[in-house]
Amino acid sequence: MPETLMTCIQCPLSCRLVVDTGSGELVVSGNQCRKGEEYAHDEIINPTRSLTSTVATIFPDFPLLPVRTDGEVPKDKIFEIMDIINSILVEKRLRPGDVVLEKIPGTGTPLIATADMREL
Amino acid sequence: MKTDVMVIGAGPAGLSAALAANQGGAGVLLIERESRPGGILKQCIHDGFGIVRYNEKLSGPEYAFCDLEAVKSRNIEILKNTFVLDLKMKDSKFKLLLQNPDKGVFPVTATSLVAATGCRERTSRQVFIHGDRPAGIYSAGTAQNLINIHGYLPGRKCVVLGSGDIGMIMARRLTLEGAEVLGVYEIKSEVSGLTRNLVQCLEDFDIPLYLNSTVTKVHGARRVEGVTVAAVGPDYSPLFGTESYIPCDTLLLSVGLIPENDILEPLGLAMDTSTGGPIVDQQMMTTIPGLFSCGNATHVYDLVDHVSESGATAGSAAAGYCKKDCVQGEIEVKAGDNLLYAVPQRLVPGKDSVVYFRSARTMDNVLLQVEAGEKVLTNKKYIRLRPPEMERLVLEPLPAGLEKVVLSLKEAETDA
Repeated sequence: MPETLMTCIQCPLSCRLVVDTGSGELVVSGNQCRKGEEYAHDEIINPTRSLTSTVATIFPDFPLLPVRTDGEVPKDKIFEIMDIINSILVEKRLRPGDVVLEKIPGTGTPLIATADMREL
Repeated sequence: MKTDVMVIGAGPAGLSAALAANQGGAGVLLIERESRPGGILKQCIHDGFGIVRYNEKLSGPEYAFCDLEAVKSRNIEILKNTFVLDLKMKDSKFKLLLQNPDKGVFPVTATSLVAATGCRERTSRQVFIHGDRPAGIYSAGTAQNLINIHGYLPGRKCVVLGSGDIGMIMARRLTLEGAEVLGVYEIKSEVSGLTRNLVQCLEDFDIPLYLNSTVTKVHGARRVEGVTVAAVGPDYSPLFGTESYIPCDTLLLSVGLIPENDILEPLGLAMDTSTGGPIVDQQMMTTIPGLFSCGNATHVYDLVDHVSESGATAGSAAAGYCKKDCVQGEIEVKAGDNLLYAVPQRLVPGKDSVVYFRSARTMDNVLLQVEAGEKVLTNKKYIRLRPPEMERLVLEPLPAGLEKVVLSLKEAETDA
């Protein structure tokens, strides 16, 4: 695999990256910023994604709370994490940034609320 | 009730408009038909919002929260569950008849009006699908509302027609929640949403994308039982003999968005047929003095950051209008060769302006020229332009006396 083509997903520019692994080191071209280079490295070595979903709450006026991982999680663990997310029941009215889960099991990443449950 | 500036719609454009009008010293009334402000951002739980404005990838609700906190901190009045029943002009003022559960039906007079009414999804009726009309046909945004706000899965075996951003995002969302997405069908020869959504929504989850193909028929008595798909020719008509039947229980449509301006119709303002929104100048003022348009009601943006920018521009100009500090743009902006459209369509001389445009087709190594008569005002190079990816350009103030500026795109000559 001397050359891999990929599209950077860090921003809407969607740069088309070429990653050359021929020399034993990763050489990235086609990127317009440093994020692209970092993305290409991660994508080859350990692809990660941020995950957004919803968790159930006990409040009939706000039955679902949107959440996201506070940082990226390994791409191959996404469905495991979805199972965990779908087993959560929120019993307090949270605000954006409030922690829903301190550490998602199997990762070091917290799960945080992204909506204001007091806003009805 | 009387107000200087009345803003219709508390989505991202309306929130920014209300805030900017308030900061400009105007009295502001913000009305919203739903019970919670935030507009469509409430159900856009995916991330990627705020890259331009905050250099962060926020989710939709987080992005809305930031603006809403700012609006609340300045004590701007928001009337929720409020509908516009009637809109007229009298003595150069806007006379509105509103209705909500607290106040019943009540009149409001506004010196300036900002329409931040967003856009609507194109429906199955607008893309000519034949066959039955069973349950299980949803617009992508409706499915998004069901899953993300109400917690209902709209179906288990889904076909998505159209590769718009919401369609691809919903294909991922359905997959994450345990539904099977059999494929995304796109009539054009390339994906209509952002490339990064193609990667992170479809490719990441091995959801197949079928280009140059469409759904021609829906089957099912009470519930969708399947769809017929077919390849299309260059004129987008289905090719005989390529049809195949796909059993499924749900069809999602992501086939385009249309600016929503029905409320303004009685005022008789000039519309742009290529954007579907009103003709505006760089202050976002329409052809009716004192009436402003912003966000997806003007033209459908890719990024909420730019929606907010247009809202802030409209709000601050609306406050200026109340102090008689706002003239109407008269210089015509023409979307010339290879442009799908350009907004604003009019410019006021002597002021900076932000111009948004889309190319009419995918082009590589492109030169954008802004010309007035024989004179080239600006040149800018782009590596690649795609119609789904909108470009933003800042233009220097124009001299007075110009009649028209023309934007055009040229592909660079390639060396043999």
